[in-house]
Amino acid sequence: MPVELPTVDLHRATLANGLRVLIVPDPATPVVGVAVHVDVGFRSEPEGRTGFAHLFEHLMFQGSESLEKLAHFRHVQSSGGVFNGSTHQDYTDYFEILPAAALERALFLEADRLRAPTLSVENLRNQVDVVKEEIRLNVLNRPYGGFPWILLPPVLYDTFPNAHNGYGDFSELEQASLEDAASFFDTFYAPGNAQVTVAGYLDVDETLRLVEKHFGDIPARPTPVRPSFAEPIPGAERRRSVTDAHAPMPALAIGYRLPDPATDLDGYLGHALLGSVLGDGEAARLERGLAQTGLVTDISASAGLMGPLDARDPDTFTITAVHPAEIDADRVLAAVDEELDKLAATGPTADELARQVARWSAGLHQENDRVMYRMLGLGARELLYGRAEIGVELPERLAAVTPAQVQAAAATLRGSGRGVLLVEPS
Amino acid sequence: MTRSAEEIGRTEAGPRELPPLGPTRDVPLPDVEDRTLPNGLRVLAAHRPGVPMVELRLRVPFAGEAPGHPAVAELLSATLLTGTPTRDRVEIDDALAAVGADLGVSVDPERLMITGSGLSDGLADVLGVLADVLTAATHPDDEVARERERLVERISVARAQPRTIARAALQRKRFGDHPITREMPTGEAVAAVTAEEVRALQTTALVPRGSILTLVGDIDTGAAIAEVEKQLAAWTSEHAAVEMSPPPPVPPGDLELVHRPGSVQSQLRLTAPAVRRDHPDYAAFQLANLVFGGYFSSRWMENIREDKGYTYGAHSGIEFIPGGALLGVDTDVASDVTAAALLETRYELGRLTAVPPTAEEVDAARAYSIGSLLISLDNQGGLASTITAMAADGLDIDWVRSHPARLEAVTVEQVAAAALTYFAPTAFTGVVVGDADVIGAGVRALGGIAS
Repeated sequence: MPVELPTVDLHRATLANGLRVLIVPDPATPVVGVAVHVDVGFRSEPEGRTGFAHLFEHLMFQGSESLEKLAHFRHVQSSGGVFNGSTHQDYTDYFEILPAAALERALFLEADRLRAPTLSVENLRNQVDVVKEEIRLNVLNRPYGGFPWILLPPVLYDTFPNAHNGYGDFSELEQASLEDAASFFDTFYAPGNAQVTVAGYLDVDETLRLVEKHFGDIPARPTPVRPSFAEPIPGAERRRSVTDAHAPMPALAIGYRLPDPATDLDGYLGHALLGSVLGDGEAARLERGLAQTGLVTDISASAGLMGPLDARDPDTFTITAVHPAEIDADRVLAAVDEELDKLAATGPTADELARQVARWSAGLHQENDRVMYRMLGLGARELLYGRAEIGVELPERLAAVTPAQVQAAAATLRGSGRGVLLVEPS
Repeated sequence: MTRSAEEIGRTEAGPRELPPLGPTRDVPLPDVEDRTLPNGLRVLAAHRPGVPMVELRLRVPFAGEAPGHPAVAELLSATLLTGTPTRDRVEIDDALAAVGADLGVSVDPERLMITGSGLSDGLADVLGVLADVLTAATHPDDEVARERERLVERISVARAQPRTIARAALQRKRFGDHPITREMPTGEAVAAVTAEEVRALQTTALVPRGSILTLVGDIDTGAAIAEVEKQLAAWTSEHAAVEMSPPPPVPPGDLELVHRPGSVQSQLRLTAPAVRRDHPDYAAFQLANLVFGGYFSSRWMENIREDKGYTYGAHSGIEFIPGGALLGVDTDVASDVTAAALLETRYELGRLTAVPPTAEEVDAARAYSIGSLLISLDNQGGLASTITAMAADGLDIDWVRSHPARLEAVTVEQVAAAALTYFAPTAFTGVVVGDADVIGAGVRALGGIAS
């Protein structure tokens, strides 16, 4: 199947206050999206304040100088739009998708809170309660809550930024103060530490004028020096077990380190495609070797704790499985190792790899068909790696990955230390 | 540099004016070519370029009265793509992956659905695989045995989820033992299913007459339908696929308290009768629902999340069932605020009838319903799903095209009337699932809880 590159028109600018701007016109759609990516994620939150980056994301929806509490939601929705925000390892995003008529309004709403958010004790206490309910819903009151994104990192990593729980401990969330919020905003939400992405039906020059109009007078502040989160790759296997009172069956997760996508993108993509060859579809190696032989109920493999190309270095290659209690975890691990050994010895066949690339490319097309995903994907790659083009070139880069590169990725995993998390029903 | 929170929230220039909306842009929906083939299959195709992909939906009515039907149907759906006389499980998947395609099968008490997509150049290949499994799936003994085991394990995981437990309790409360309640078979029922039963169900129930196949994407609609006709000609049946009989009406009544020991949250699931899309009240009902709890800027959400902090999410919405529709009012809240959240929920239901939505609330809901419809149709997958749902409901793309005008025409008085008819607290029944030892006394004290 020939690789068909989507045509994406990218326009960049930087305002005098340091705010970066990415504009992506699409004449075929009736909608427009605005996203603000801020260069701070849960890896940057201070010790003793786990969950603060995510809590702060909630606070940014609670009003700003021109918008009383609830007004942000009301203005987006009464303009016909939808909104959200999310907190990742290295960035936090805020966005809305609306009918194209609401472009300037969306820019106004985002600019107002990046300039002067309302940080109040009432809103802080209210959102601590809301976040605690979010954690009860997604982690505490369900089987396999936080598996593996909260539970695996402390096994694989040693340093606080990489190992801690990004959702936060209840006791630390409760201690969060208004002073914490003010200092977090002043430090990390400087315009020079943020980026605005506008995608959809728009005129490039007019959009740039509107971005300048609404964001241009946010005063420049010092941009924080981004620390390195690097830590050594473990030399051996580390294991940890946790008990899950809601889980009916045992589960396990294996975490390996990934190559740095900023300096070794092809190595990273070799690992990403290894994930597909291992886990994607009925013909995938782990599916055939483990799921279809009854060793596991479900198994998956993927690059990136929160998705591929979604974080800077270090990031995690993950294999997760739910397995019957009669099957010992060591047997599952041995079977995984056996599949990795086979790939490390002979690599995937060219056809096998081509099929995975075709599926991945089709998935990228689907993502590209929605203004929201296209905007968020381009915006995140621009912020993280300084190159939104990575998203555009991905089908071509994946098609160029050779079986030998996937073979090398498998060999790297087998030769390195790893974190193994065992989830045991109580 | 450290500013106080107060300093951060103020600028010299002071608050600014919200900019007005610009001109609205209209992008017309594509026409849908609609043809019923000699085998009774209705094919709907729409040209929507943008990305070189095609989306596929096949909806087969798949109801069954027999108590064992759901278990057999689940296993049929799990093994449909695992073998034909010419391809095994891996070869089926390889044939799809070669053209960037994926097919997934799911089943519920009403219908079996095959959902997929692939590169548009590969449509003929995807239809070839689809025809192969529809006419000749063998459900091999070993695949049935393996999938049966996995299904039992997956059901044990699913049944541990609070939302699954709450959903099952709600369905029982609403419909007793009508087949519509059988959304997830028990592990024991699945374990008893034989490969012969699966094959027999495929022959009798997986049939073209009464089914709908939708294709949306970068395709020539005429050529695509011709390709379907060519490839699926051998898929035939004398009888039509089985539609579910309408369940009995849901009477209002006390809420049932369902005990889930050790739960740290409770699920509130309230429900009342609603109307279908072809009902004259539908647009007014839709706006009343948005004002109540259908979107973030709703009274209920602003109360129990943004004011009280009882929940992460609260949502009310419509659910279509054979012959009718129901309103669902759903939230998950911490155990210690369960009674308080129930009180506020009933208060907001009552308030919607007694203090009906204002013109401003109705206008906001109207703009949201029109805008979010536009956004949901702005991609191939969303359009394919909508076309399929409309067709299953006896409506077509013209209904979608004209719906914004219907929403525009609704008056504040009509929304007030819909609120009074459909949101009266006395119209509701439902369940509260949680640790009864923790929440029981507080919830019972409010009344309206079945003893």
